[in-house]
Amino acid sequence: MRVWPIFKKEMRLYFTSPIAWVIGAIFLLIAGYFFSAIFNFFAQASMQSAMNPQMAREMNPTESVLRPLLSNVTVILLLLMPMVTMRLFAEERRSGTIELLLTYPVRDGAVLVGKYLAALALYGLMLVGTLLYPLMIAYFARLDWGAVLTGYIGLVLLGATFIAVGLFASSLTENQIVASIISFGVLLMLWVVGWSADYVGGAWGKVLSDLSIIEHFDNFAKGVLDTKDVVYYLGFVTLALFLSLRSLEARRWKE
Amino acid sequence: MIEVQGLTKQYGPVTAIRDVSFNVAAGEIVGFLGPNGAGKSTTMRILSCFMPATHGSARVAGYDVFRDSMEVRRRIGYLPENVPLYQDMRVAPYLDFVAEVKGVSRGARKAMVADVMDRCRISDVQHRLIGKLSKGYRQRVGLAQAIVNDPSVLILDEPTIGLDPRQITEIRSLIKSLAGAHTVILSTHILPEVAMVCSGVIIINKGSIVAQGPIDTLVDEFFPSARVQVEIEGPRDLVRERLASIPGVTAVKDDGVDGAGGMFLVESPRGRDVRSEIFRLAAQQKWELRELRRVGMTLEEVFIKVVAGEESLAPGERTVEEAAARVSEEDVTARRPEDET
Ligand SMILES: Nc1ncnc2c1ncn2[C@@H]1O[C@H](COP(=O)(O)OP(=O)(O)OP(=O)(O)O)[C@@H](O)[C@H]1O
Ligand SMILES: [Mg+2]
Repeated sequence: MRVWPIFKKEMRLYFTSPIAWVIGAIFLLIAGYFFSAIFNFFAQASMQSAMNPQMAREMNPTESVLRPLLSNVTVILLLLMPMVTMRLFAEERRSGTIELLLTYPVRDGAVLVGKYLAALALYGLMLVGTLLYPLMIAYFARLDWGAVLTGYIGLVLLGATFIAVGLFASSLTENQIVASIISFGVLLMLWVVGWSADYVGGAWGKVLSDLSIIEHFDNFAKGVLDTKDVVYYLGFVTLALFLSLRSLEARRWKE
Repeated sequence: MIEVQGLTKQYGPVTAIRDVSFNVAAGEIVGFLGPNGAGKSTTMRILSCFMPATHGSARVAGYDVFRDSMEVRRRIGYLPENVPLYQDMRVAPYLDFVAEVKGVSRGARKAMVADVMDRCRISDVQHRLIGKLSKGYRQRVGLAQAIVNDPSVLILDEPTIGLDPRQITEIRSLIKSLAGAHTVILSTHILPEVAMVCSGVIIINKGSIVAQGPIDTLVDEFFPSARVQVEIEGPRDLVRERLASIPGVTAVKDDGVDGAGGMFLVESPRGRDVRSEIFRLAAQQKWELRELRRVGMTLEEVFIKVVAGEESLAPGERTVEEAAARVSEEDVTARRPEDET
């Protein structure tokens, strides 16, 4: 499996073109904005609560800063990740470079995994940038680092799923815009499907909320690590990668 | 080295190639000719394992392109016709990537990339972004990626398109230097190029092979006669009549008018030299003989004959050159220098 050269090539392309820089900058900017808004609110609330012992017990930075921050970050990811992944196959198809790539002695699976890991690595770098915020909280207040770790594991799994879906969407078309709309649409649908869970109720409601891509994240945000959620995300990644591989193979026949 | 058997490819309802069969022996350089849309690129895409054929089989270096695709891919270098490259990569890292993905070991890679950049004359742009290069330089980078790992079979789809004349000569000699150790199949619209570079040709038209073999054999096969070009100043009709009455002459064709005289193409069976008779005829009649020389049949004429059919010269077209212009503006871009035979 020649995954490594593909991975390196994708990373190079991310960083020699402005994509990685622009997406990274926008992501950190918006995340930073959310963080400062939430943190200011928390600081004011804790000042007031200093006079009110009843309230002070409820003031917990993990609960009132980290958790809202993480859930805000997931919304940014929903909007940005399709743009990280849209070019992966669509661009190769549009420019014709796929014709060379797929005639090199490297398996389709290796190409797929190389590209997937590159997008994941870029996402990883973006996440590393956000570590600044928990560090700042920790400077002012006691932070539960276990919860932070769990939260970030959740973010990695969620992002990994977004990227797999985006990669699949990119393998379907040669148009980057279409790829990004498809992945955004699919993710949004998986996101809101849980909203009707309460309304439907019963067993079906349970199914809907279990299907929802964001319901599973809630546990991580609360600092709870549940295998059920991990399996959900990993299963999703596997399924999306498998479908991408099939679509890549099918494309050869249709070409 | 390349064995193609009954290859057919359908794009939906369009049949791009139909029952194509040919062989290319090891160490040979073969030109793949055909008008636009004939199916050259389609055949090459199948040979390079980019897409499977609808029917038929193709073997490259002894491996089936479909079943042992990975083995084939290890042994080929492929240059697609529109030279797709990563615009956002720099030349040297790009070639390094290609070499790595083709399995060149880390230790050998640097030297190999440097060598191939040298051979394709792109060392001076190695730090530039590919997207910022001129067409000709991109073409050379494309060729460099095909030969970087020194593959035994090269599949080149119009390798000299977009190059300046000096570059064309250099690339041709580069390709020629590959003969022997490498097997090359190259498509082109420049027919003289085939005569200069290739030992054999395969001509494809509307998806089917219409002629193949060594160039000389093909020319003999399609033009079993010898031709002499004569320019004589004298009464045109009489000159034509007398020329035609020389024993052995099978046809006399007008080849243009120049002042008082005219130019004629005199055909005779191969091996029968009528030049001395023409000379004596002119001397006897006191006609001024301005030119007398043998003209070889060119590959170009073979091409026109098999692709358009000599009979299908449209009214008003007297020569194959005009027919060529009709068949395709691009198909014939230059004339092969006359044969010395
Ligand atoms: N992806 C495709 N989908 C549908 N039809 C195609 C496709 N690619 C090629 N064709 C058709 O197949 C036929 C052969 O095309 P091909 O590109 O092989 O010709 P070619 O000999 O390379 O021509 P050219 O000299 O213009 O490069 C053409 O009729 C073309 O329209
Ligand atoms: Mg072509």
